[in-house]
Amino acid sequence: MSEPMPDFVLLRPGSLDEAVADLERHAGSRFIAGGTDLIANLRRGLVESEVLVDITGVPELSRLQLGPDGLVIGAAVTLARLAAHVEIGRRYPAVAQAAEAVAGPGHRTAATVGGNLCLDTRCLYYNQSHWWRQANSFCLKYKGDTCHVAPQGARCRAAFAGDLAPALIVHGAEVEIAGPGGRRRIALEELYRNDGAAHLTLEPGELLVAVHLPAADVLSAYAKVRVRGSIDFPLAGVAMGLAPDGGGHARLRVAITGTDSGPILLSCLDEPWAVPPDSASLARLDKLVQKQVSPMRTTTASSHYRRLAAAALARRLFSQLAARSEE
Amino acid sequence: MKKIIRIDLNGRPREDAVADNLLLIDYLREEVGLTSPKKGCDGGECGACTVLVDGAPRQSCLTLTVTCDGRAVETVEGLAAGGRLSPLQRAFHEHLGAQCGYCTPGMIMAATALLRCNPRPTKAQIRAALAGNICRCTGYVKIIESVEAAAEATP
Repeated sequence: MSEPMPDFVLLRPGSLDEAVADLERHAGSRFIAGGTDLIANLRRGLVESEVLVDITGVPELSRLQLGPDGLVIGAAVTLARLAAHVEIGRRYPAVAQAAEAVAGPGHRTAATVGGNLCLDTRCLYYNQSHWWRQANSFCLKYKGDTCHVAPQGARCRAAFAGDLAPALIVHGAEVEIAGPGGRRRIALEELYRNDGAAHLTLEPGELLVAVHLPAADVLSAYAKVRVRGSIDFPLAGVAMGLAPDGGGHARLRVAITGTDSGPILLSCLDEPWAVPPDSASLARLDKLVQKQVSPMRTTTASSHYRRLAAAALARRLFSQLAARSEE
Repeated sequence: MKKIIRIDLNGRPREDAVADNLLLIDYLREEVGLTSPKKGCDGGECGACTVLVDGAPRQSCLTLTVTCDGRAVETVEGLAAGGRLSPLQRAFHEHLGAQCGYCTPGMIMAATALLRCNPRPTKAQIRAALAGNICRCTGYVKIIESVEAAAEATP
């Protein structure tokens, strides 16, 4: 990457109210925390901002509280801190596994939970240098009018590649949001819409404050497929929550990342599933996943491969969690 | 716009006026003259620019210098106390952990952070700690052996 860093002013507020006011005061400003995604995107000219508001100095955003009623994770808690928490790893394994699966150790010490949830969507035609994109007349996501992945379509198909979102969704997470209009709380899956150019439902000036999880009531796990096992974004990532009923059945909750413009919460899982699963029910789960994900040609791996990978991960997690439920 | 920052750099306090948009790697290389952090990909992917901030590994090409105000920053230049190589540096030298040498400073800083909190790591833990450091010579076997040798050499 040879592009210089664009010029900007960095504000460092010490409270949430100040942070929200700073953003409101400066048109076109943005929040920054770990910066591991945003700084690379600023240099590539994917983001323009004359004022950045650094929220890592806001104490409320760094709280991490685990109690009998659940877990509160501040939006500026780093992924390294979340992944290293032994008790969270025991009660919410998918969350710790997903945090640990993000990029490399040098990213996780800076990257935050809020940043991973608000991660920009990614695409072969978007995460490129300015001259590369210019030579291609840009794209629908930024400065262009055509989606090179689906030229006939009217919307951007860039894929959401955050690892944490599906893991938190299977644990029933809600997100607390602050903005000029006050605070609100929504189910995490409602933070997203399936549009790669505008995949977050945050209003202008809003930021994530915390993720709230109820007391853990499911066995869970997260697994991802990526080009390099050491650092890459998921080509497909699957989180599963399994709640055994003690009578040879279990309820499943499955969320998938990396395949669509937002995380997918698998539907049609209402019926209890026999545990351990037989080959017919694994095949049924495989089919459900393949039907509901819509990977497009946004990565170097083919969309067909990512669809199969998502289904294979779901089958594998179901077998693993079912075996664990019988221990 | 510039801000005054105070950092502890390799054990020595410093005070500098730095621009808001100055990346830590450019501060270290261009303003201080410490050239061990390398620009490999220059986009946060390769780990050649890894330094320690408050003891934790960080990609200096993804870090704004002003956010290091009040913190301790360490580079390879600070490891050889009194001119003597650290056990890890010596192990990289003796076990051929450095090949072309470009990724070596990042590898050594990431491994330094590991050995400080886990002096007897398993091979899997070494691989996990170095997962964000890419070696274009693909010399990982020797690099992991070097870290193992440093762990064994440290009483």
